[in-house]
Amino acid sequence: MTTSTASPPTKKGSSPFTKKGGRRSTAARQNLFGWLFVGPFGIIFLALLVVPIGYALYLSLFQKSLIGGTRFVLFGNYAKAFTDPNFLDGVWFVIRFSVVLIPLQMAISLAIALMLDIIVTRFARFSRLMIFLPYAIPTVIGALMWGFLYSENFGPLADIFGIFGAEAPDFLSKSLIFYGLLNIVTWQWAGYYMIILYAALQGIDPTLYEAARIDGASQWQIIWRIKIPLLSPALLLILVFALIGTLQFFNEPKILQELAAGSIPNDFTPNIYAFYQAFSLANYNYGAAISFALGAVVFVCVYIFLFATRKRGSFFE
Amino acid sequence: MSATPIEITETRGKPRKLVERRSAPRTRGRASLNIVLALLVVYFLVPFWWLIVNSSKTAAGLFGGENALWFAEDINYLGNLVDLFTYGGGIYGRWLANTALYAVLGGVGATVLAVLAGYGFAKYRFAGRRAAFAILLGAVMVPTTALVIPTFVLFAQVGWTNTVWAVIFPSLLNPFGVYLMNVYARDAVPDELLDAARVDGAGEFRTFFRVALPMLRPAIVTVLLLSVVAVWNNYFLPLVMLSDNRLFPVTVGIGVWQSTASTYGAAGGQTLWSIIILGSLVSVIPLIIAFLALQKYWRGGLAIGSLK
Repeated sequence: MTTSTASPPTKKGSSPFTKKGGRRSTAARQNLFGWLFVGPFGIIFLALLVVPIGYALYLSLFQKSLIGGTRFVLFGNYAKAFTDPNFLDGVWFVIRFSVVLIPLQMAISLAIALMLDIIVTRFARFSRLMIFLPYAIPTVIGALMWGFLYSENFGPLADIFGIFGAEAPDFLSKSLIFYGLLNIVTWQWAGYYMIILYAALQGIDPTLYEAARIDGASQWQIIWRIKIPLLSPALLLILVFALIGTLQFFNEPKILQELAAGSIPNDFTPNIYAFYQAFSLANYNYGAAISFALGAVVFVCVYIFLFATRKRGSFFE
Repeated sequence: MSATPIEITETRGKPRKLVERRSAPRTRGRASLNIVLALLVVYFLVPFWWLIVNSSKTAAGLFGGENALWFAEDINYLGNLVDLFTYGGGIYGRWLANTALYAVLGGVGATVLAVLAGYGFAKYRFAGRRAAFAILLGAVMVPTTALVIPTFVLFAQVGWTNTVWAVIFPSLLNPFGVYLMNVYARDAVPDELLDAARVDGAGEFRTFFRVALPMLRPAIVTVLLLSVVAVWNNYFLPLVMLSDNRLFPVTVGIGVWQSTASTYGAAGGQTLWSIIILGSLVSVIPLIIAFLALQKYWRGGLAIGSLK
């Protein structure tokens, strides 16, 4: 399939690129211009993705100590990481968090998208925009806003619970911070996922619903048998986004760290731990090892996942 | 099942409404759906409401124990605005300008690279294309934060940390943007049209600029918006790269204020809290305006990657 966009050889001379060698030069031209277009991105890709990954791997093979200087330890850092309770706690937290967050987030965004697909009113259009709005907010600000709402000093929770004579839950406390963060992340991203699903729903041929109705299908049957199956590529895309995003959880807990004094330790998530190791302890080798291990784990998980679902999905063309 | 991206934007609305109207009698279900929707809107807007209300308060009003979801007696937007833009020698204005600079250079740069590469992958059968594209797909799955620490150490060795380039260069990398552009260009730009332009004697670049680029517009706006938002909202990268507070983007700056105010406790940081709250509000306004203004572009565009 090397000639699909090439002009026919009979047009020899009509373009400056086919003047000299006819058929042979079309392949050369495809090569030249293909790489000219892809090249600039390719350079950035090499310099800022391939090189840093290689360098992280290289850094992670060394250990720095006060007495011995820097020495080669091969996979010593990884052996250390995978037996380091601080790192493992963080990994365990992001796994637990993903397991609760991702289904919740997908269910909410799917439910909203399906609702907005059924109601076609001015209010529905307005709602769609408002629900999407948090996506435009930096996660830092989003976390801060919710931090304020949770806080005893500024938040309305005490007032609201006070009406019923109850004590307000403290979502910044050690026992409830999990739910506090769950709410923040859901709020931040559900609208974005909803828009993706909604757009996919709008792309479904409506005559399918009409045909189903003539066959006596109810609204629920249309949702379960037609809409959701046809949404599976979009759902898969969201799942992948959410998985990649959640495993590298950093911004929200980092921002709430001071506000929720004591609830978010320096090993809360793997990324926070890597940041702490590199920039508070100047332990770049170990920080790089954690970064690399995290990146590799995310990559392998997502790759396996996509490969396993490739028939329904489309990512691998 | 290949609904092309063009169809996404154009099938929206008209044929659907006819179908919906015909099945209108279920009004009771509609009413309850509307109530659920209204509750959801309230939930998604509460933090904004809190921010708007509380940025009007003086420090005393903020800590006065009054209704946190309603305005206090005196509305002090102006006083707080003055405080916000004069605190620390007007550093907040500088942070906003930095954010705009990073978002524009990083976002536009990432978009230009993504458009060129996406078009190249879609329309040229060059040697190594399949392998390069497979690597690109793999890169979409690499978590960006995993690159930050090694990039920092690399930049530190050539003295690039703590410069604007330390934030802008890494922001140029957007593999997902390339993927989106490729998917879109493949369907939206017919090969016949490109061939026709070539037959008419147009060079490859002329063909690209005159023929392909206008057809790619919806995808370009989408990728641009996604890239700008990604840079605007970025926190981890600038937090790691920058130590001079005059180079901070607004996210890192507010984060620092917030952590200072928290450390001092509610009492010590009172004045700081009111400018943090107003500063948060001011910093989100530009992107909200951009999203509202560019609605008709991103609504169709965001689905590009999910329909095939």
